[in-house]
Amino acid sequence: MILNMLQSIGAGVFDRIGGVGRASIMLFGALFGIPSIRKGFPLFVRQIYVVGVQSLTIIMVSGLFIGMVLALQGYTVLVDYGAEDSLGPMVGLSLLRELGPVVTGLLFAGRAGSALTAEIGLMKSTEQLSSMEMMAIDPLRRVIAPRFWAGLFCMPLLAIIFSTIGILGGHLVGVEWLGIDGGNFWSIMQSKVDLVDDVFNGVIKSIVFAIVVTWISLYKGYNAVPTADGISKATTDTVVQASLAILGLDFVLTVFMFSS
Amino acid sequence: MPEPIPQYSVEIEQLSFSRGDRPIYTDINMRFPKGKVTAIMGPSGIGKTTLLRLIGGQIKPDSGSIVFRGHNIPTLGRKKLYQVRQDMSMLFQSGALFTDMSVFDNVAFAIREHTKLPEDIIRTMVLLKLEAVGLRGARDLMPHELSGGMARRAALARAIALDPKLIMYDEPFAGQDPISMGVIVRLIKQLNDSLGLTSIVVSHDVPEVMSIADFVYIIADQRVIGKGTPQELLDHESPLVQQFMQGLPDGPVPFHFKAEDYHCELLGGVK
Repeated sequence: MILNMLQSIGAGVFDRIGGVGRASIMLFGALFGIPSIRKGFPLFVRQIYVVGVQSLTIIMVSGLFIGMVLALQGYTVLVDYGAEDSLGPMVGLSLLRELGPVVTGLLFAGRAGSALTAEIGLMKSTEQLSSMEMMAIDPLRRVIAPRFWAGLFCMPLLAIIFSTIGILGGHLVGVEWLGIDGGNFWSIMQSKVDLVDDVFNGVIKSIVFAIVVTWISLYKGYNAVPTADGISKATTDTVVQASLAILGLDFVLTVFMFSS
Repeated sequence: MPEPIPQYSVEIEQLSFSRGDRPIYTDINMRFPKGKVTAIMGPSGIGKTTLLRLIGGQIKPDSGSIVFRGHNIPTLGRKKLYQVRQDMSMLFQSGALFTDMSVFDNVAFAIREHTKLPEDIIRTMVLLKLEAVGLRGARDLMPHELSGGMARRAALARAIALDPKLIMYDEPFAGQDPISMGVIVRLIKQLNDSLGLTSIVVSHDVPEVMSIADFVYIIADQRVIGKGTPQELLDHESPLVQQFMQGLPDGPVPFHFKAEDYHCELLGGVK
């Protein structure tokens, strides 16, 4: 009984280690895999459209609403202390440091990550990846690499767009609706938000999240059991694991970046 | 003194392969003559497709060698393996067409990836291949607009796009109506003879295979149980070979899956 339990725990651990190994090999293949500029660039551009441009709507709408809600909630608290002029920096810092990268990461995992996993899983189940291998074309180079680089390129940009629209949403509610002074909103925000500490650190966070989300999405698709059930599980795993990884990594990064 | 020209395109020696604890092949030997159609037949689920994947280097055997044009496939590194694969091709059971590309682009795919030919030459090459399979008029269709038989023929055009030396067919007749089946049977033979290919056809459709194969292997129980020309196999003395060739429901391969006594089980375990 105990022996069986130990055996199954051991097998589980080995399986995980094997999974990390396989994922690393795949990442290595993707990182150094773009065949040539002539062939790789059109694939990269197409993937930018699929994972980036097609995610724009959800990112912009979410950013707008989150910025507006943030301003509304912030105002109700700050106004009690007569500090409603601090609404600008509150909205700006919240979005640039945390909400921008984190919520974009979560939305990206749900919108683009799950689509990547399902697409690659289906390519596997319909033997498209195998047939590519048999045509002497490496699927890591042809399929995985352009998607990985496109994810890495798009997500930080989406996070910046999210934060920008969020701040505009905050302005809409705070200044246009609730009547805070517009000059104060922008000037206090400008004095409190630091380009390196806040903006750059936020971008670094979103780059880290981009690597993790895209990596998990591609690996889960590439390693999916090629059945309907297997692809469904892989897609769910992508969203769950990528979301948890974002939240966990966000805490770690925040400790290093902002705790002092 | 010049080296003798090898007679076989693929030679498999002492090949063993297992999935987990389940052996699929134990020490099998097979040879596939150059320029001929060799068929591999056997009951479902005995690993015929696995054998094609082993030849293509997509999986590695536990032991043994698979020599294709002088290269021992299992020992090749990734780069060399991809080089060697340019001389082989495979027609998958599902066709495995790229669903986001038209028929034309599917056929042009390998040419574009492996050569730097100008588009007008690629166009001519693709149209030649599509004409050979009778789908020149369907070049702008997407894979989901094709019938099963047409998809298989489009995949065949893609498989011969770069004039491979070896082409492997995985169940090319499965799920085809009689007309499509007749077309594919004819195409396999025609392409083999006109392009000088070596063809390996995995199938369990006995009459179709018998009509085009020059040599046949029958696999069961992890080994080769019969080999020879179609006529030799029809006269084979092994009851297992005869059961397979004549499609008898019961014989050495039992109809019933292993179970406890029928009457005993119906009576709830009372003997």
